[in-house]
Amino acid sequence: MDDSDGNKKVYVGNLDESAERARELLIKGLKLDKIIDWGTTFSLWPIDLTTSCCGCEFAATWGPRFDAERYGALPWLSPRQTNLIVIEGTITRKMACALRVSWEQMPHPKFAIAMGTCALDGGLFYNSYNIVRPWKIIPVDVYVPGCPPRPEALARAIVELQRIVKKGEASKTILRGMARSKPTPKLKEDPCSWWWG
Amino acid sequence: MSSNDQLKNFSEKLKENLGDLISKVEIHKGFILIETHIDKVRETAKKLKEIGFDHVKSVTVVDRMKDGVFEVGYHVSSYLNKDLAKYVVELVTTVPRDKPLVPSLTDIWLSAEFQEREAYEGFGIIFKDHPDLRPILLAPPVAELKPMRKDFVVKEEGIYRELPKKENVSSKVSEKKG
Amino acid sequence: MIIDMQSSEVPRLNMSSWEIGESRYLPGMEIKKLGKEKFVVYIGPQHPGSGHMRIIIKVDGDVIVEADPDLGYVHRTMEKLSEGRAYIKIIPLVERMAILDACNATLPYVEAVEKLLGLEAPERAKYLRVALCEINRIASHLYGFGIFGVFLGHSTMYMWGFGDREILVELAEKLTGARLTHTYPIFGGVRRDAPQNFTDNLRKAIRYLRKRLEDYRRMFLDNPVIRKRLEGVGIVSKRAATDLGLVGPNLRASGVEYDVRAVEPYEAYDEFDFEIPVFEEGDSLARAWVRVEEIKQSLRILEQVADKLDKTKGQQIMHDRFWAKVPPLYKKVFEAEGRVKLMPLFAILRVPKGRAFARTEAGRGEITYYIESDGKDKPYRVRIVSPSYRNAIMFKYAIPGHRVADLPAIYGSFDYFPPEADR
Repeated sequence: MDDSDGNKKVYVGNLDESAERARELLIKGLKLDKIIDWGTTFSLWPIDLTTSCCGCEFAATWGPRFDAERYGALPWLSPRQTNLIVIEGTITRKMACALRVSWEQMPHPKFAIAMGTCALDGGLFYNSYNIVRPWKIIPVDVYVPGCPPRPEALARAIVELQRIVKKGEASKTILRGMARSKPTPKLKEDPCSWWWG
Repeated sequence: MSSNDQLKNFSEKLKENLGDLISKVEIHKGFILIETHIDKVRETAKKLKEIGFDHVKSVTVVDRMKDGVFEVGYHVSSYLNKDLAKYVVELVTTVPRDKPLVPSLTDIWLSAEFQEREAYEGFGIIFKDHPDLRPILLAPPVAELKPMRKDFVVKEEGIYRELPKKENVSSKVSEKKG
Repeated sequence: MIIDMQSSEVPRLNMSSWEIGESRYLPGMEIKKLGKEKFVVYIGPQHPGSGHMRIIIKVDGDVIVEADPDLGYVHRTMEKLSEGRAYIKIIPLVERMAILDACNATLPYVEAVEKLLGLEAPERAKYLRVALCEINRIASHLYGFGIFGVFLGHSTMYMWGFGDREILVELAEKLTGARLTHTYPIFGGVRRDAPQNFTDNLRKAIRYLRKRLEDYRRMFLDNPVIRKRLEGVGIVSKRAATDLGLVGPNLRASGVEYDVRAVEPYEAYDEFDFEIPVFEEGDSLARAWVRVEEIKQSLRILEQVADKLDKTKGQQIMHDRFWAKVPPLYKKVFEAEGRVKLMPLFAILRVPKGRAFARTEAGRGEITYYIESDGKDKPYRVRIVSPSYRNAIMFKYAIPGHRVADLPAIYGSFDYFPPEADR
């Protein structure tokens, strides 16, 4: 946690230190928004929206070798109980609808990581007629390059996102009702227009 | 890998069995191609199934834009008959591009069902009497473009060089003059 | 909602109170009345497990009466894109359909082009290809088990499957330099030679995995809870499996003995001694067992490959036709370091006119490529039929008749991998 004095930082890994730091925060009677930011930092729960082949590495990231759960992130099922979307690779035209719907179902504050070159700007499939750029559908906080990125890279992205959250991204939306620094993109065309029910 | 002689022998046998149903038998790399007229497709397919070709591996459509036809092929082989399993036979028929109407073989080979739907969305080929003909992989607005056809061109990256604009050149020249 | 236990009718929401005038529902969230008894349930594309597909099921009570798989959520149009790319550039492109099974997915493409070029890889290259194929196959099966565990809420299986998969991924990384996207087989050979102690590591991994498979049996397949959920569920008969054209473990679990490695041996598979595990039951449990047995057979093949690799040490890994064109400096580097860049050789590769069809046995089943060349540097038509795509038809015909609660058990047992199916 980046405090104003900034001599102590809380990272996961040393639970004693974390607990002590948390206790200090509570005793000091810090502002609520700092506590919210701190709490959100270590409870980034990505949704199980496996969009493409980067999902292999996404799954491996939470496997025993890389164990991203130690950063306080755990993939979960329902969009209603999650606050992070990891876009794993290509978003096709059909998937764009599912991505947007999942995003809108998630409660605030919510974040997004774009994983893989395809999620950046198409990657190998840059000229395909059936893909869309994910940043046109939802706002993306962290981009991870690679095809596919290694699990370490994704874990790094989560740490990077934690850094962003600590700056007050979470409390801003729930306490102050302010907009996120990354606004949700306005859709030029309805990604769900093809829906036939 | 089945050798060339084996393939030849087998194609002879096929010719005998199918008789005048087929117009052409060719040996290609890894499969035997038999061509038949569009009216005889169903009959030939039934005969092939009787012989023992029990499943479709691939419904392969090739757009021959220069000839103005689609080549609709069914790569079939066998699971239960181990001698036939070594061979892959492609049953091919051609349809004009402007009126792509082919009898569906789904009731003969159920395994062709999804692949015929894919050919429908990609090339716009209409399979007569298909039980459930609608796009499978693409969303309907994209499927309407019939993207697998050769006249739907996807731009591929090339090597680009920024050319000096003509106006710039003339302005430079005028600057020098000035 | 009041549930009347006395009435035999299925309790359901009172529709009339849910009418909200003209307000729009989110797609997939609308409530529909469908006849008197039946309801439509949309499952996916956002759902647990490795699944980005949607199944639209119609339920009567909680019995599924109709299932309609809605594929294409990962359809990246590989067939069309490959029509505009040079031959060598298509290998990494098609690899992306199954990156956890990369060597198996690209090998038939390479073989088909090799058929058109009229060349065959040298002996050592064949062994190296087989080695990577089998490593990929085991990794893919373990991945399948992990996801199966997620489907069934058995998170230990997920952890074990993914943990042990790392061993194989690491082996592949040592061999090729990439965790998943190897692009290892190229026309006329393989991209690089095996590192010094590769075979030792391979043997070590085989020993470890043999031990682990016994643990899997005890913990997962013979687990009474898992058995109750899988036994007799999602039965596909031998006749149905043939008619539907299923492939791979799903086909062999239904009693059909078909494996491309035995039917039409490619690469060096005719030199190795292995069996094809076949189960007669055709249910979800049999599909899981087939994969375990296949891992055992793959380990057997890998053991033999390790011996062959030791014997052929130092031999050529590229076909003469390409190797002869390599500049002497490259050859020197190759001899010293065991690897060298070969890409410039293929940049201007023109493939003779013709059509070729190749099939191999990937982790999830038979994968076929049809390639047509018109003599240019780009193929005229590439047709890919992947194993998962051919297995997708199972959703339509094997699921109806089961309860909704059985759906994960059936879905997971298919080992369905959407990017591979949609291509």
